Amino acid sequence: MAARRNIPVGLLFILCSLTFLIATNTHETTSTSEHPDKAVNLPEKSTETGGQTTEQPAVEERQWEPTEFQEETVNDAAAEKQDATPPETTTTSAGAHPKDDFQEELVIRPLQSGDVYASFQFRTLWETDFMKGNKVSHYRLFPKSLGQVISKFSVRELHISFTQGYWRTMQWGQPFMPSPPGAELWVWFQDSVTDVDGTWKELTNVLSGIFCASLNFIDSTNTVQPSASFKPLGIGNVTDHRFLRYATLPREIVCTENLTPWKKLLPCGSKAGLAVLMKSEKLFHSSFHSQAVHIRPVCQDSECTTTSWELRQTLNVVFDLHTSGQGKREWSLFKMFSRTLTEACPLASSSKIYIDITDNPQGEQFELTPATHLLSQAVVLGDRRTFSVYDLTEANTFGSMRSLNLLIRWKSSEGDMLRPLLHAERYVAGYGLQTGEIHTLMYNYHPFRSFPILLLDSVPWYLRLYIHTLTVTSKGKDNKPSYIHYQPSKDRVRPHLLEMLVQLPPNSVTEVTVQFERALLKWTEYTPDPNHGFYVGSSVISALVPSMVAMDTNNTKERPLFSSFFPCKEESSYFVRIYTEPLLVNLPTPDFSMPYNVICLTCTVVAVGYGSLYNLLTRSFQIEEPNPRLAKRIANVIRRLRGVPPLA
Amino acid sequence: MGLLSDPNRRRALINLLTRLNAPICAVCYIAGVAWFMGLAFEPFTLRTYMSENAMGSTMVEERFPAGERALATGREFAAHKKRAGGMPVDWLVKTMQSRGLEVFTQKFSRTLPFPDENKERYMVKGTNVYGILRAPRAPRTEALVLTAPCSPGDDNNQAVGLLLGLAQYFRNQIYWAKDIIFLVNEHDLIGMQAWLEGYHHTNTTGIDWSPLQGRGGSIQAALSLELSSDIITSLDLVLEGLNGQLPNLDLANLFYAFCQKIGVTCTIQGKLQRNDWDSVSGYSHAVQTMMLMVMKQASGRPWGDHGLFLRYHIEAATIKGINSFRQYKTDVTTVGRLLEGMYRKLNNLLERLHQSYFFYLMPSLSHFVSIGYYMPAFGLLAVILLLRALDLWVQLATPPVRTEDGIADLEQVTHSPPTIKLIPKETIPEVLSVLTPLVISHLTGAALYFFPIQFQATAVEHFPVSESEAVVLTAIAIYTAGLALPHNTHRYILTPDWRVLKLIAVLYMAVLLGCTALINFSLGFILALTLVPMAAFITPHRPKVLSAFIMVILSPACTLLFLVFFFQDLQEIPVSFEDGWMLFLSVISQGILDHSLYGSLVYPLIALMVYPCWLLFWNILFWK
Repeated sequence: MAARRNIPVGLLFILCSLTFLIATNTHETTSTSEHPDKAVNLPEKSTETGGQTTEQPAVEERQWEPTEFQEETVNDAAAEKQDATPPETTTTSAGAHPKDDFQEELVIRPLQSGDVYASFQFRTLWETDFMKGNKVSHYRLFPKSLGQVISKFSVRELHISFTQGYWRTMQWGQPFMPSPPGAELWVWFQDSVTDVDGTWKELTNVLSGIFCASLNFIDSTNTVQPSASFKPLGIGNVTDHRFLRYATLPREIVCTENLTPWKKLLPCGSKAGLAVLMKSEKLFHSSFHSQAVHIRPVCQDSECTTTSWELRQTLNVVFDLHTSGQGKREWSLFKMFSRTLTEACPLASSSKIYIDITDNPQGEQFELTPATHLLSQAVVLGDRRTFSVYDLTEANTFGSMRSLNLLIRWKSSEGDMLRPLLHAERYVAGYGLQTGEIHTLMYNYHPFRSFPILLLDSVPWYLRLYIHTLTVTSKGKDNKPSYIHYQPSKDRVRPHLLEMLVQLPPNSVTEVTVQFERALLKWTEYTPDPNHGFYVGSSVISALVPSMVAMDTNNTKERPLFSSFFPCKEESSYFVRIYTEPLLVNLPTPDFSMPYNVICLTCTVVAVGYGSLYNLLTRSFQIEEPNPRLAKRIANVIRRLRGVPPLA
Repeated sequence: MGLLSDPNRRRALINLLTRLNAPICAVCYIAGVAWFMGLAFEPFTLRTYMSENAMGSTMVEERFPAGERALATGREFAAHKKRAGGMPVDWLVKTMQSRGLEVFTQKFSRTLPFPDENKERYMVKGTNVYGILRAPRAPRTEALVLTAPCSPGDDNNQAVGLLLGLAQYFRNQIYWAKDIIFLVNEHDLIGMQAWLEGYHHTNTTGIDWSPLQGRGGSIQAALSLELSSDIITSLDLVLEGLNGQLPNLDLANLFYAFCQKIGVTCTIQGKLQRNDWDSVSGYSHAVQTMMLMVMKQASGRPWGDHGLFLRYHIEAATIKGINSFRQYKTDVTTVGRLLEGMYRKLNNLLERLHQSYFFYLMPSLSHFVSIGYYMPAFGLLAVILLLRALDLWVQLATPPVRTEDGIADLEQVTHSPPTIKLIPKETIPEVLSVLTPLVISHLTGAALYFFPIQFQATAVEHFPVSESEAVVLTAIAIYTAGLALPHNTHRYILTPDWRVLKLIAVLYMAVLLGCTALINFSLGFILALTLVPMAAFITPHRPKVLSAFIMVILSPACTLLFLVFFFQDLQEIPVSFEDGWMLFLSVISQGILDHSLYGSLVYPLIALMVYPCWLLFWNILFWK
């Protein structure tokens, strides 16, 4: 596995140095330039952004000096100082210079199953322009490694997620940020890009280094260009899907090595603010873990006069009642993360914790300590939810202990299963290694509304789909999709792409089936563990689900981060994307354990058996005349010379 | 092969083979049987060893503590089962849910082709309950299955209790990388068949089932648990599945390794392992164990709930708790620890079990015979048929000549290269005429296959028998009626030469047995053991009555009758002749049921192929 991780050292250094820079912008550093090569990696400062804040010159001066090994001590110092002087600096700087803004928030939703769902969101907004050859070289909150990626590869939107485990919709409801198991990457390029495939290839390799993931395994055989499913989420009206690339790696395993670079993209790193909770030994001791990075251009105001770049880093985790909670319905920050909170990130303009108490208006379900009077309502996923809010930028949130350890204690252990309006599952039917059938089931649990969904299936070429066997049925009747986009696969070049727009009738199950044949691969194409099976990525279902309450269509209004990711176009419905489980399919596999025996046996059989049998069957045998005696031969020679017919 | 392209040497070789044909055949037969018997001799066999590295070196620690609580759950289950008069579905759903599983149910129904008298069922309706433990680290791509049947009466309550106990214990562990499905199936194999067909969304046997709501991806391995007492003395491993399929040998190795580690007495075929292989009794013990396995495998029926998994390429075995009068007792906690260990090792698997053998025989749990060692035994029997065919071919190719004209005869042979040309022109219609007995005997076979179930209603109307008896007796009647065939067919044959028919019959049998042995060695070998000597030496010139008697004795049905007695004898439950006969009848009805319920292929194979083939030889004996 180690060989799969492609880590460009230089990029990591940029990251580390950047984190360091931001964290230390109010502090003196003593420089010992033991690693001059790192300093070379640091950005050249251009003068145009020089006058942004009064602190900038200081930052610039120190830019050249920082070194790796000082990071720890300096950051500790930073934390201490921040403790002493609560975050006036940041609020003033954010207020005075709205061009650069950082927000963090954590939503905790106690689930009916007894599990608890924690969702972190960090948003960096930056009013700048990476496009049109604009050389951006001064970075403050926005991570430089990503900024460089955006400008170098002319990226308009970038969405990347790493997920371990599978989101259990039937037990947990809808997540705030959906993601498929494994790694997912989708990118919209600027329309100025000419060689999209080449740029995509380079981009995946660079991202692979940034996130320490095997994204370099993305190639043409698992990349598709969805025509309808993945629309840009930011501003911009280019919807020509030639500039879109989508790929998933269902096999990708997510672990701490992916979390560390992700944390380093945060302005405060994991040193202050909500990110101190992210201890990998707890985060990965959970039943679901998903981390993502979303970059897109957004409007600053409702008229959209100015645009800015938004970087959203999200981390979703579900802690299990039985394995993490020892079966007790009692959760606290300390129990979940083995940390408590002591401060907000000093660079953050807003730092809040939301606890979903919709099901608990009178405190009859669970008890929340310390109590807060701050309540907030937000419309999220088509439902109006009530949240208790803890503002970390206020000192009294932390109480006299100067640390915040939220505690949720259930009073009853009863809980109904959630029943989300849209749910999907997928499996492979049939047995044997020749053919099979992929079944995708989509449940619409809405009692009286039907709604359309877009189904996207990307199937590797080695499952040869028989597209003529495609059937879509709901309630026992044929359900004709109103739109089908199918791109057949090419062996070893590109996968199948199937997109369909299907109307789901109310309270029904819609089943999509398609048969396939399993291809016999060339013997070098098998993975090192061929008997494990081959993965087929999740189907993506994008839907506009009827909403219970009116959705807010003003996308620029100040709202909690978790409710503002997917732009909302109409009031009556909201956008949901769900992913089915990936499939593990066995292909016909030769017995690799005895190739030598097989080769020897085959060669012997062919050479000896077949050869001589063929001889026997095709040759005609004749008794040879015995050789004439010597005397007779001599006589015949003489007779020939004389012109007399020879003796018989 | 160079030998064959030289006409002189070829002639010599063929002469040798034809002249010494009978002795060579006899030697081959004896050698084949001796080889087979030698397989059970310990120095000739290999010790079992773990081939799968993922399960080998990594040791796991077993900590399952809650055996007593599992027994209490089992008693509670028994009470609810008694109250519900069947599967206590609601109680099971609630119990599994409280243990943190995702619980689903599946309803199924099946009408048997005729009432099953052994298990007293005809119209079967039931519900399977299963709970899925979701692995925290895997996106529902792989699963393991643990099943316990909900049996009528007081059986298997402890198994269900232990299953629920294990579910609770497993749920609190973090290390699962594969989903674990805990299944309680009703009506044993029928419920299992319904669940498996539902899971894989296939329908091969016409059973009605409701679709499954929850799945865990591709199933990697399954264990079925049968436990009917609080304390056991030994655990028995059952491997034989549908159509003689066996799970990968590593699954047996895993079980054996953990029995050794935890110190549980383990058996296979109910036979303990003995160390005195060099004594006669020790050797005969090994032979008995192996013969039991051969007979179970040859029967082609699933010998436990695991048997149906094998069709779907899921490695599965049944573990049976046995409570006998032995001294050493094991409690349920220990069994739970054993299962925990096995599941943790299976959980460690990176690929499905594929490293070890799929074709093997086990003379004891620690020794095995692989396909490379047992196939020669069958090969030696099969070569007899080929030698006889060669002999007949040469006889047919050589027109009967006077003995003093030997030279002329030889010249004729050597001058005409492809021997086929030597067959006189008039044998062509003769070859066609052979079609008549072929077709007629196959029609009889088809009748044997179709009529018993088709005409059970008619039979019940006219005779004072139950449906099940009607089916079996019809089958036997058709089988016996087939013996009258020669009197009907001989008149249609125009220019009879029995040797053409025999040549075709012998080749047919060779192909048939060869294919059978590749799929199910035991069945192929047992059939070869009785059919080959009969096929080799039957001619119309033998004494009719004696030969007919021998042929009937060696016919498939009589073989089955003997095997029933032999099997009972090996299991140390000898039966009287009447009981044996009743057992024989029920075995036939079970065979027919296995075919229609689970898709076992033994009955159609016997009825449609082996029996017609045997009839051909019967024809030859009564040739006029």
